[in-house]
Amino acid sequence: MTLILDGVRVRQRGEPWLDGIDLEFPSGMTTLIGPLAAGKTTLMRVAAGLLPPTAGRVVVNGKDVTPVSVRKRSVAFVYQQFINYPSLTVYENIASPLRLARSFPKEDVDRRVREVAELMGIGDLLGRRPAELSGGQQQRTAIARALARPVDVLLLDEPLANLDYKLREQLRADLKGMFAGSPGVVLYSTADPAEALTFAAPTVVLGEGRVRHAGDAADMYDRPPTLAVAATLSDPPLNLLPGVVRDGRIECLGVSFPAPGVQGSGRRVVLGVRPHQVSIERTGPGGLEFPAEIRLAEVTGSTTFLHLLLPDRRHLVAQLPGTRLFTPGEPAVAHVDPAHVFVFDEAGGNLLATSAAEVGPHG
Amino acid sequence: MARAAGPPAAATGRRPPAVAATARRQLPWARTVFWLYAATLMLPLLWMFGMSIRPNEDILGGFSLIPQRVTFDNYQTFFTDSVWYSSYLNSIVYTSMNAVMSLVVALPAAYAFSRFRFAGDKHLFFWLLTNRMAPPAVFLLPFFQIYQSVGLFDTHLGVAVAHMLFNVPLAVWILEGFMSGIPREIDETAAIDGYSLPRFFIRIFLPMIRSAIGVTAFFCFMFSWVELLIARTITSVNAKPIAATMTRTVSAAGVDWGLLAAAGVLTIIPGAVVIWFVRNYIAKGFALGRV
Repeated sequence: MTLILDGVRVRQRGEPWLDGIDLEFPSGMTTLIGPLAAGKTTLMRVAAGLLPPTAGRVVVNGKDVTPVSVRKRSVAFVYQQFINYPSLTVYENIASPLRLARSFPKEDVDRRVREVAELMGIGDLLGRRPAELSGGQQQRTAIARALARPVDVLLLDEPLANLDYKLREQLRADLKGMFAGSPGVVLYSTADPAEALTFAAPTVVLGEGRVRHAGDAADMYDRPPTLAVAATLSDPPLNLLPGVVRDGRIECLGVSFPAPGVQGSGRRVVLGVRPHQVSIERTGPGGLEFPAEIRLAEVTGSTTFLHLLLPDRRHLVAQLPGTRLFTPGEPAVAHVDPAHVFVFDEAGGNLLATSAAEVGPHG
Repeated sequence: MARAAGPPAAATGRRPPAVAATARRQLPWARTVFWLYAATLMLPLLWMFGMSIRPNEDILGGFSLIPQRVTFDNYQTFFTDSVWYSSYLNSIVYTSMNAVMSLVVALPAAYAFSRFRFAGDKHLFFWLLTNRMAPPAVFLLPFFQIYQSVGLFDTHLGVAVAHMLFNVPLAVWILEGFMSGIPREIDETAAIDGYSLPRFFIRIFLPMIRSAIGVTAFFCFMFSWVELLIARTITSVNAKPIAATMTRTVSAAGVDWGLLAAAGVLTIIPGAVVIWFVRNYIAKGFALGRV
């Protein structure tokens, strides 16, 4: 079973919401990740048939379904908001797509409803109405309704985004195994890198209505091919520093380190450092040292986010383990191991090197 | 009726009870002021009720707050004289017909305005409302002549249709407000589940806006019930409204005050009954800002 988006474009009010999407989704789960306004929801709505594309085709199992009404398609959709039928009980909510599907045998409806409800952990809430449920339970009901009927294409549009983080983690864990062996195509969109990395499914990074990159989420996290991909997959956000290539070395704010694969003297680059790779203790020989001033320390319990101000008024965030207390205004030195620095081309945003090892023949 | 209409009760109705209790303790005169206000509002109604249970001589005779002789003759006359009770029924029949017909027309229209974008939708919506701005008298002559020629003159259907002129725009307006408060994603989910539009509308959508339907039906009923000019002009005998009958009580013996008062009391009752059923929904309608 496959879903193909072939040259899909969507223009709304003169703006390109999707700008030439060519993707092929196999059976099983695929994660879509992108920042706000990346086109995730639009892509899902086109795939479902809720939004007709301005150009391009949607092909399911080799059949062009672009002109087919959403009522006639074999799809299910879970929204970010908790969408259920308020006047129906949880049981009737889950049963409704089954009752309407002609191919589904009537005598199996009851068994299937209870099975899916059990799977989603709402087996004891079947008699209630959605308004009598918590947010997490409402979303479980919505997911159960989407899972009840076997469909070709199951779309989940940031289903966990409106839940508080405890419920989110719990539901994420529940969902992880659920789609693995799915015979249909499952698209799961999220803005949260942790979700994409947890599901460990094939991942598509979207940005500004285009496909930034597709591949394995962990690979992309380790070796982000572009700055946009690195930024999308980094939470907390990536620290960015300016640099210049000079004689096989990269100079940055008064320090320099060797970058063997990077060519082109005088070329401007952007250095990306994840906050957890920034330390305030010496990391080892060859570490980069940036003198800075402490601005703010955010303590979350297990980690402390230290906001540092570099001499060029640039901010650098260090994620330090444990609860640490600092005094704002005091000087500190940020240490960065050059092995954990991503070097991106300033012009194109392509990865030139993770400075320890050359990445590709881009230079 | 007094409680439902009393502004202090309505104003504090949405507050938590504890706050209301505190406010009452702080203002020892609040209760007195409320009852004074309510009594002032109620006085004409009570006076009319008092008139309805007195013989005409007592009404025209000396002034007294308490009726000297209580009689139900006026009510008896009302319910035995076919001119009176049949016009009462006429009003109820065409008003109910109007409420149902207005809703049947307004529900799909409001759904279209709330969910679809089409050329001139905003102008059309505004034009609908402007129908309420013209005085009904403007439409008297056209209605009279058209109804004479198509055989709608002096029929319940005729009055109900004429009243749709101002009730349908109102109904569309109220319903559109409620419908737009319902997320579009529910419509989409239903489409994905395989509901056809009519089936979705009846099974899923209508139950979600039942309070809106209650409020709308009430307003249609009310406006149709109190409308006199059109209803009187396009009827003669068979569909004559109660209000028209009340304006024609002058006979050779003079005005029958008691009977008129009894008819007035009875004319208030249907409205009071309807408002009793939708009183909670009305509050919700106000909260949603459309009513």
